[in-house]
Amino acid sequence: MQGELRCTINGVVHAIDSFSSEPLLFFLRDKIGLRSTRYGCGQGTCGSCTVIIDGEAKMSCETITKDVSGKTIETAEVFENDCEHPLVKSFIEFQAGQCGYCLPGILMASKSLLDKKQNLSRLEIAEALDANLCRCGAHSRILDAIEKAYQISNEKGT
Amino acid sequence: MKNQVPKPLLDYPKLGDWLKVTPEKKLVFFSGRVELGQGNVTALLMMISDELGIEPEKISLQTARTDMTPNEGFTAGSMSIVHGGQSLRSAVATLRQQILSISASRLGVDALELDLSNGQIIQKGSFCFYIDEVLDQIDLSSEIPSGAKIKEPSQRWVQFREIDRVDLLEKMTGAPFVHDMIEEGMLFGAPVHPANMYSKLLTLDVIALSKRPGVIKVVQDGSFVGVLATSQRFALEAAEWAREKSEWKEIDGKIENPISHLMAQSHDFEIVSETGDVNKNSGEWCELTVSRPYIFHGSIGPAAAVAKWENEKLTVWTHSQGVFQLRDALAGVFETAEDNITVIHKAGSGCYGHNGADDAALDAAILASEVEGIPVKVVWSRYDEFHAAPMGAAMSTKSRAHLDQDGYITAFDVEVTSVPHSSRPGTGGTPNLRSAVLIKNSKLPAKSPDVPAVRGGGAERNAVPSYNFGPVRVKKRLVHDLPFRASALRSLGAYNNVIVNEGLIDEIAHRNGEDPLAFRIKHCVDDRSKELLLRLDSETKKYKENLKESQGWGVGYARYKGVSGLCAVFVNVTVDEGVVVDNVVSVSDVGEAISPDGVKNQIEGGIVQSISWTLKEAVKTDGVSTTVDSWFDYPIIKFSEIPSLNTILIERPFEKPLGAAEISQGPAGAAVANAVRHALGVRITELPITREAIITSLLSNEI
Repeated sequence: MQGELRCTINGVVHAIDSFSSEPLLFFLRDKIGLRSTRYGCGQGTCGSCTVIIDGEAKMSCETITKDVSGKTIETAEVFENDCEHPLVKSFIEFQAGQCGYCLPGILMASKSLLDKKQNLSRLEIAEALDANLCRCGAHSRILDAIEKAYQISNEKGT
Repeated sequence: MKNQVPKPLLDYPKLGDWLKVTPEKKLVFFSGRVELGQGNVTALLMMISDELGIEPEKISLQTARTDMTPNEGFTAGSMSIVHGGQSLRSAVATLRQQILSISASRLGVDALELDLSNGQIIQKGSFCFYIDEVLDQIDLSSEIPSGAKIKEPSQRWVQFREIDRVDLLEKMTGAPFVHDMIEEGMLFGAPVHPANMYSKLLTLDVIALSKRPGVIKVVQDGSFVGVLATSQRFALEAAEWAREKSEWKEIDGKIENPISHLMAQSHDFEIVSETGDVNKNSGEWCELTVSRPYIFHGSIGPAAAVAKWENEKLTVWTHSQGVFQLRDALAGVFETAEDNITVIHKAGSGCYGHNGADDAALDAAILASEVEGIPVKVVWSRYDEFHAAPMGAAMSTKSRAHLDQDGYITAFDVEVTSVPHSSRPGTGGTPNLRSAVLIKNSKLPAKSPDVPAVRGGGAERNAVPSYNFGPVRVKKRLVHDLPFRASALRSLGAYNNVIVNEGLIDEIAHRNGEDPLAFRIKHCVDDRSKELLLRLDSETKKYKENLKESQGWGVGYARYKGVSGLCAVFVNVTVDEGVVVDNVVSVSDVGEAISPDGVKNQIEGGIVQSISWTLKEAVKTDGVSTTVDSWFDYPIIKFSEIPSLNTILIERPFEKPLGAAEISQGPAGAAVANAVRHALGVRITELPITREAIITSLLSNEI
């Protein structure tokens, strides 16, 4: 096993095929079976495939899998067992979405903001999400939900 | 309230058409509608729960699939609740009556003594038993009476009013889309779509293509080319390679500027509606012309489908808006009986009308026909999405208003010149699927007749203004010779027609020196629209004060299709480098709102999408195809550009539901265009209202 590339995805260690030039998006979807990470454009222009890599929101279609060796990755499946997470709760409460295709990417972009515990204004949150497209027009509700999640997190002091 | 029989009930009159009881004694209801992201599964479940008296989590809803549910046509036009939901209510009311009467016999009492609530039979306030105990006695062959007695509005919504969207959590954290389907032995397909549907393949090195990484097989049929590969990535990469290496004979007859082409037409208009002689009075006419370019549906997830052939039977999983119509179209392409094909709806990315979903289903079916028994998944590339998918139709509308000496509008005359707004699978008797044209046994699309007036019309939708303006005439001129594919996009012609009509009304109000909103209120057709506009007026007074020179406000109003939901929108804009929409206040009336928050979500989505269309969106073309390769070439509204939204819903629980998803696009676009006019003093008449369009317009006005 020595010399094998590995990364940690949602808390589980996975081996990486080191010869692969495969984008992380397809590694996650097809090899690991984490299909909440969505293919939207494959060009780094829509944000549907956003995941968190070592705390930063990144588009997985633009990330080569072998480059995440030794890194920690989170996908929207982290929420599957954490429905009480402030983001998940507030997205449901505000009905922050319509078709839902862009939501995992938006959730990951928001989670990376939330985890950094910065005090961001609504406009700053919006600007941070400009790389994520939503076509249904649910933006305002999504921003409401993220602001509420911020508020809950701050109240908890976490 | 009139109790008309909804059309789906006429086609499917038996109780068993709308529900079944599983061996575990659970109720499963059938709807021919599909969830497109508009939340209609949640709303339909709410309607069933409320009508029957059972918790939504105890029942389930099967949406459209050709082997199981009623054929309710396309899920389109804001009709899911209006027709589909009302049909289910009648079916459920019949079921409820049966359950009560079976329970009454069992208890030896009069059915009138019993109630059904929370899935329980209640007699004079006391629990008797759960309805599960009598469900096996339901007669599913019984007819739903045409006058099925649904609950009175006053009895409704005692419970189950505020339920969460049932599908949202999985869409946020899981893999429920057709794009996510995985089956044993599945192969991954990708079509090689040429620039134009009528392009002809000249050369392609099939052997080299078959040696690309992961490619299992290259499929060629006439000018259709596709690959089958071991993964989606390999399929997409091989198709991209093939597209770059292949040569195609392009079509003749480039049309560089679709709008100029429309404007240059001279063939006769067809009169599509006329309520009197618009020329009966002499006097002054004012006119305004507004055009919009082709625009993309722009789904975030590209079109996708899964198909499998087994023993000459085809099964397709699709996010199409009309599974039955897709089935029939596929039967036409493969020249097989409709019974040999099963089409099952599966969630997709929001489509906003007829996008590439059906085309991708045919691509998958063609590719799967080469590998018996193996499921094939096709997910279009972003390139396919921007080149092969049909687009919202380009159009131009000229409206003229006749004024009396007091400045009242006394006649209205509209001329709509447009590409047809509909090319759905099967309409006109041809498949209307992209690859059906490319294959050797080519099936060309019939000339589109556009959407008939009984369904709200296509190009001419909402050309009749929603005011009392005396006689109104609407003329339509369809233009068929543009080389681009157009299809239904949310609200069809209503978007442009409302913008031009509301723009003209604004110009006249300005000229009269009247407040634009007050001028509209003066011409209201009824108390319902008047109440809406008065409410908008009272909610927006503060936004009209203390405006800077670069700021303006505008309103737009329409009743969708003339008979559906009413929506009035107010916006504030600041015009600086470009246009920024600061505030939006809307007031809507959709009759009975099943899920008020769901309705608001739809209205807000329509407003935001419409702002994006109005300020940013135009498909660039080279005369044959689009030249849009990525979202960089086709910017849409971003998070930081979203205005504050105040969405007000006037609830009318005693009125019938009118639909919500398409009522706000026209009014929102009109409000933005009018606000820009207010801020600049100049009207932009060629959409979108970009910075470049503003500069051009200001310069030409200076001359």
